[in-house]
Amino acid sequence: MAVNQPQPTSLSMTSESTAAAQTATPKMRASNVNFYYGKFHALHDVNLEFATNKVTALIGPSGCGKSTFLRNLNRINETLRDTRLEGEIALDGENILDMDVTEIRRRIGMVFQRPNPFPKSIFENITYGPKINGRLKGQSAADLVEKSLRRAALWEEVKDKLHESAYALSGGQQQRLCIARALAVDPEVLLLDEPCSALDPIATAKIEDLLVTIKDQCTIVIVTHNMQQAARVADTTGFFLLGKLIEHNKTDVIFKNPSKKETEDYITGRFG
Amino acid sequence: MRPFEEDFKSLNDTLLSMGSLVAHSVQRSVLSLVEKNEDYAHQVIRDESRVDQMEIKIDDMVTSLIVREQPVARDMRLVVAAIKITTDLERMGDLAVHIAERALSLMVLPPLPATINFGDLANLVESMVLGSLDSFVKRDPETARGIVTADDAVDKARNEIQHRLIELMQTDAATVSRALEYIIVARKLERIGDHATNIAEDVIFLTQGIDVRHRVAEVV
Repeated sequence: MAVNQPQPTSLSMTSESTAAAQTATPKMRASNVNFYYGKFHALHDVNLEFATNKVTALIGPSGCGKSTFLRNLNRINETLRDTRLEGEIALDGENILDMDVTEIRRRIGMVFQRPNPFPKSIFENITYGPKINGRLKGQSAADLVEKSLRRAALWEEVKDKLHESAYALSGGQQQRLCIARALAVDPEVLLLDEPCSALDPIATAKIEDLLVTIKDQCTIVIVTHNMQQAARVADTTGFFLLGKLIEHNKTDVIFKNPSKKETEDYITGRFG
Repeated sequence: MRPFEEDFKSLNDTLLSMGSLVAHSVQRSVLSLVEKNEDYAHQVIRDESRVDQMEIKIDDMVTSLIVREQPVARDMRLVVAAIKITTDLERMGDLAVHIAERALSLMVLPPLPATINFGDLANLVESMVLGSLDSFVKRDPETARGIVTADDAVDKARNEIQHRLIELMQTDAATVSRALEYIIVARKLERIGDHATNIAEDVIFLTQGIDVRHRVAEVV
């Protein structure tokens, strides 16, 4: 992609900046996605690919549609009334709207802004999902719990208190427990909606380190308000504004020399 | 204007002030040599400490901006360019002092028997210095590109002067010490041109995010 000085343009992606971040076999692909909350048109013609085993950050000002878009990736917006999705979202080339929604949400896990462990023990938080999905057969619950907690870099901190309430953990530990819970069902994609916004810097650093290590095992999409976080952890970054995807490119390019003036104005703090 | 925008503007303005001071030093150093102007030479030597202090001030501004603002995109490129431009400006200031000092030495010596025209080289270098700073002020990559490609002409002019001085030394041994001084001055002027080229390359990076260092002229 040619590196150009940002020019004022209409609010839309050019084929150049899209092409720069596309890969031959993306794990997920959103094609001409439009989304409505009732009559409100929240997402406009979003086209975006998520490369396999890469971290993609979605940034943009409040109300830009990035979280709305994220929640469409595992159809969790369907739990809201009076919403409508148009376009296609594909997982390994298959439209997720044609798939079983429970299976989608196993394959595409989600971690939310505020840690939300179940009101159960640490152990049961991990085993609950696999148990109800029939995925505990052939492996011991203890092995699964240890494996999941190790993947979430939490094992050493909780191994001696697995049967204590998850609510006894700190905020950062609870969030890593939520990640471990999501990983327990072996998702192929992990969606994170501002996972660190309620955490202190040390807990945030641990989550960020974790994302870098687990991306070898799954494709990650993270919504964040923290520009430096996106710069630190993401392979590619997409900028949303007013429900449109303005620019998507390698994170290095976005933060060194974005091609859209709107992107540059946002990341330099001149608006939003 | 938000506070952080004022900080970046202040960095920009301080860079311009340093550039202006150095450009004047280069001009005065050349005039002190060509016109045998003692006052200009002393002014250049006095201004060196001001140039050095501005370099320190800009470095401090840059580190503060990095720590406080974690700049990205064009702000990051300004900070990176500022670090590099101040280094080149400070070196240009030093070179101007060296020329002024040699001008003072040569003023008290008899002139060379042959006329050595420093005018072309001096004009080229001065226009490169002013042009590089102008491209920074106007954020004009095309003017900057013109500076980058002008470097070859400076090298050619310097080589011509050197060639003539070598011929002179070969025919008249009494001119050797003076001729060597003029050769060194020509070399200093050429180095000033090199630093102006560096500044122009930094302007291209600042405005377009492209690194054109170490490329042939056609690619630039």
